[in-house]
Amino acid sequence: MSKEEKKLEIMKTALNLFAKNGFYNTTIADIAREMGMSVGNMYNYFPSKESLAKELLIYTSKLFGDELKKINEMDISTKEKIKKIVELYFKKTKEEPELVDYFMRVYLSNKEIFNNGCEGMLCVSAFVTEIMIFFEEGVRKKELKNQDFFSAFGLFMGYLGGLVFLYREGILGKDIEEYVEPVSENIYNALKA
Amino acid sequence: MHSKPKVLWIDGVSCYGCSHSFYNYPQIKEILNKIELIYHPLLPSSEFKIQKSDLLIIEGALKNNFSRLDYNLNELISKLIKLSKKVLLIGTCAVYGGMFGEGILFDKDKEGKFYKCHEKMISIPGCPPHPEWIAYAIEMIIENKKILLDKENRPKEIFTYTSHMGCVRNEYFEWKIDADNFGEKEGCLFYHQGCQGPFTHSSCNRILWNEVNSKPRAGTPCFGCTEKTFPKKNLFETETFMGIPANIPLGVSKRAYLTLSGVAKSLKNERLSKRLIDEDN
Repeated sequence: MSKEEKKLEIMKTALNLFAKNGFYNTTIADIAREMGMSVGNMYNYFPSKESLAKELLIYTSKLFGDELKKINEMDISTKEKIKKIVELYFKKTKEEPELVDYFMRVYLSNKEIFNNGCEGMLCVSAFVTEIMIFFEEGVRKKELKNQDFFSAFGLFMGYLGGLVFLYREGILGKDIEEYVEPVSENIYNALKA
Repeated sequence: MHSKPKVLWIDGVSCYGCSHSFYNYPQIKEILNKIELIYHPLLPSSEFKIQKSDLLIIEGALKNNFSRLDYNLNELISKLIKLSKKVLLIGTCAVYGGMFGEGILFDKDKEGKFYKCHEKMISIPGCPPHPEWIAYAIEMIIENKKILLDKENRPKEIFTYTSHMGCVRNEYFEWKIDADNFGEKEGCLFYHQGCQGPFTHSSCNRILWNEVNSKPRAGTPCFGCTEKTFPKKNLFETETFMGIPANIPLGVSKRAYLTLSGVAKSLKNERLSKRLIDEDN
């Protein structure tokens, strides 16, 4: 296994532990034990728990960003793109809940971990850039209303985040994928030109 | 002794701003001494007649059913182009249509009525064009020197650059720090005040106006006056789609540009965020 592959393995293990137990309740020793590695060897891959958290953020942001890019490049209407994005988000929530948990429970809840090197958009730029392109093109094609970026971004992402939170808390009455249709419709109605 | 090149300067639908810009060329007398000006609408010259010329300079736009010197304008221009060896189109109106409508070489972004004669034409757009650009083109033509042109017949030496290049506010552009109010000496004008410098082909910040200044240097956004899209509306406002500039710098993809500007904004430059005069270093 190459060093890069090993790093990815460690990141996936850490992702699960961070998502499950939180950042502060997870130690490098926990991650090493799960990996069957020595703590000393772990430091050959990541100099600190913070740097591991930062790389994970870049990794998850890129993962979502790459998927969004594919949607952005599709020759379909903005309305259809909204549905694809909602689908992607809810599907990932079901299949890889640790990704979404990491984002919501670690990144958004413990910003102090990311003060050094992840300021502003630095570590989530792959994701935010694609969202910007989605909105910009929607307005350019006159399918979305032209407005402040964050008003639209908050409506879209806040709504999805809220639903995912309810899902992860076990409060949603139905399977989250059953919400794709009505949620997409609501987002489109709220943002359309 | 060789005779001087015959130059005929004709006006279409024009405000004469291009002529007036040329009058500000400090060495205008030297140029006028090198040529035989057989007609100019404002400068002293002989009575107009349709005749051959070595260089035809056209200022202003075309217009149907418009009379100039007792001729139908479009027919007059057509005759003069045929009788000239070279044609110099001065100003955005003559090149693209600009303020008044239809250009000689282009009709905004389409080929214009006289595009078929493009091989003998040189475009110097601008509203007005800088006097030095006009002088450069006249001198190069009358001295029979080759001018390297782009696909819109603009001399590359002048128009391959953007007006952004050489702007004294570039450091603020790099860090995405905008001027908050009109007339501020510091801050970029691209994000809120409508500056079109990063995608406008011109040398305004390389060859300064009145040898001292340019619009952005003085605190006015570049209006993109050398482009086929000129004039746009709301020149003091940046057009945005969901808060994202509708036009981005030339030569970079939107994705790359948004990534880079996000990073620059995140790595906030503290020094440039304040008035420099309040800084101690």
